[in-house]
Amino acid sequence: MTDKSYYSQLRRSIIGIIVAVSLTPLLVLAALGGYQFHSAYKQKVLAHMEQLVYGHQQSIDAFLSGKLAEIRVLTDVAGFDKVRDDAGLAQLLQSLQSRYDGVFVDLGLVNAQGTQVAYSGPFRLGRADYAHALWFQETMQREYYISDVFLGLRGLPHFIVGVKHSWHGQEYILRSTIDFVAFNRLVENVRIGETGLAYIVSRGGEFQTKPRRDVAMTAEFLNDVLTPEQDLRTHRFGQSQPHVHLGKDPATGEDTVFVTASLKNGDWLLVLQQSQDDAFRLFLRARNFALVGIIISTLAIVFMAFVLSKRILNTVVETDQQKEMMNEQVIEAGKLASLGELAAGIAHEINNPVAIMVEEAGWIQDLMEEEDLRASKEADEVLRALSQIRTQGGRCKEITHKLLSFARKIDPTMKRVHINELIEEMAALSEQRARFANVHIATDLADTLPPIEASPSELQQVFLNLINNAIDAMDHHEGGQLKITTRVENHQAVISVADTGQGIPKANLQKIFDPFFTTKPVGKGTGLGLSICYGIIQKMGGEISVSSVLDVGTTFHIRLPLRSAEGEGRSAS
Amino acid sequence: MSVATVLLVDDEQAFVEAMTKRLARRDVEVRAASGGQECLDALAKDASVEVVVLDVKMPGIDGVETLKRIKADYPLVEVIMLTGHATVETAIDGMKLGAFDYLMKPCDMDVLMEKIDAAATKKRQHEEKILEARAQSIAMRRGD
Repeated sequence: MTDKSYYSQLRRSIIGIIVAVSLTPLLVLAALGGYQFHSAYKQKVLAHMEQLVYGHQQSIDAFLSGKLAEIRVLTDVAGFDKVRDDAGLAQLLQSLQSRYDGVFVDLGLVNAQGTQVAYSGPFRLGRADYAHALWFQETMQREYYISDVFLGLRGLPHFIVGVKHSWHGQEYILRSTIDFVAFNRLVENVRIGETGLAYIVSRGGEFQTKPRRDVAMTAEFLNDVLTPEQDLRTHRFGQSQPHVHLGKDPATGEDTVFVTASLKNGDWLLVLQQSQDDAFRLFLRARNFALVGIIISTLAIVFMAFVLSKRILNTVVETDQQKEMMNEQVIEAGKLASLGELAAGIAHEINNPVAIMVEEAGWIQDLMEEEDLRASKEADEVLRALSQIRTQGGRCKEITHKLLSFARKIDPTMKRVHINELIEEMAALSEQRARFANVHIATDLADTLPPIEASPSELQQVFLNLINNAIDAMDHHEGGQLKITTRVENHQAVISVADTGQGIPKANLQKIFDPFFTTKPVGKGTGLGLSICYGIIQKMGGEISVSSVLDVGTTFHIRLPLRSAEGEGRSAS
Repeated sequence: MSVATVLLVDDEQAFVEAMTKRLARRDVEVRAASGGQECLDALAKDASVEVVVLDVKMPGIDGVETLKRIKADYPLVEVIMLTGHATVETAIDGMKLGAFDYLMKPCDMDVLMEKIDAAATKKRQHEEKILEARAQSIAMRRGD
């Protein structure tokens, strides 16, 4: 349970670290970049709109002052007799219209009392009385004047340019109507995006041009919102730079950009408005794109964090398990080692008392040879008992000697070992014993067998044990054949020790490498030989196996890895 | 005449006693010592010792060390090693150092007797040869 919670905690922290480390720079970058891009883009868009408005402000003002100047030139140049009657005016109007593309709709001369004394134009205005018209009063006061757009007597939107001039001591006003359509065209064509539109309003909140769509515009909105710092009431004649205002459009309720500039010395206001969604469309699109990208990256990072943490955790778990197994093996090896020491100690301690017992028994045997004791009735029985004591003493000796050799620290130093030589040596060592048992030892050793790194004394022990076992397995009267072969197979040295003995029953095959398992008569074997061999071969990274057929023979196979010595070549020997 | 004069060296008192009795019964003159130093002292006092039966594992000066000193000081005295271990290495070491033979404890009395006999015979032959050689050299000198 603690393991599980430890691992899940480990995994959580791995995920946390991966996500935090990956996401933090991503988000910081996105936020900073987004902000920078946003402000730069916004600035650019607004600057563009300002530029647009400024240009139009200039051209509209130029248009208006141009028209005014043309009428003033007319008053300066034309003689009174030219403007005094309709025919003269008609001549002038025709000239103006042909030169200025019909911007001037009509011309009229109004005397100081407000009565139109001459007129030329499409409307039959005749002797119209303008005494109460605002433009008349303003022109009389200011010499020249451009009126707001109004419906006037003719019932059509138009505006008037009036210039006061005196002919023959009498003051007259020469006025002209400017074609609203032509003027409207100046701003109507200002289009930005889908929602952008431009229009001109007077300081009274009246439209001087016709917006492309309805715009709810009030004087209050103009004064309070659009031009707080160029208040029309206080800065009537102020000439100002375009002004940007971000706010809600009262008509649609949308967030809108308003860019305003004053015209006609502050009488009019040029307004360019565009909804923010439209104006910043590209930015919003880029932002959405970035957001989608960030979400996808985040998902990918989280997914990766999960996958990666799973992988790391698996490795950690595996490593931990291996470590635990190693620990167990080390403990096991330690136990075995201390068990071996203990066994050696006990064997040694027991050996001396056994030796004394055997000697004492021998002494009694010696004494039994005395005449008087020999004559005793039970003398034979005593001698039998004594010989039994000596036999069992010998058995004890056998066991302690085997135990000592089992626990003994065999010289484990690794040397370059020629297996073939070692086998020849061991075979020669066993020759004497084999001869007594009528066993013929034959060897078939592969010359190609390279030397391996191993402990020679350990390998000697293995081979000698196998040879001894093989000799014991064969009937002493019939004898048999003991064949030792070596060969190289799949980067392994394969050593086979085959005998023609009685074979091993299937039931015993499983147990032959177990310690203390023996089929030899009591007192003849300790059951440690093969288990020692097994331990040594295992330690060397090899394997030992056995195949046996009853009454035909038994073969032991040892496989030892060759790779440890292969790469070093002969230079190391 | 006794078979041989033997010095038995072992730290186990009971073993020494039993062996002494058994060997004495077989006409062996037995001296006893319970350690390496005692063994060397006994050899120094008693020149009649022909064979030393020496336990390998003893406190103080151990068997191998004692063997070295015996061979250094009394090269003609034969030594039979008695070992409790089955360590062939110890036996080989002993043989290399000049021991006559080695036996594993507990040992068969007959085998031991054979070895003692052989060792004593060898020693006597050595001595005889030395005496002969000496006599010859003296004779040659006289004849010169």
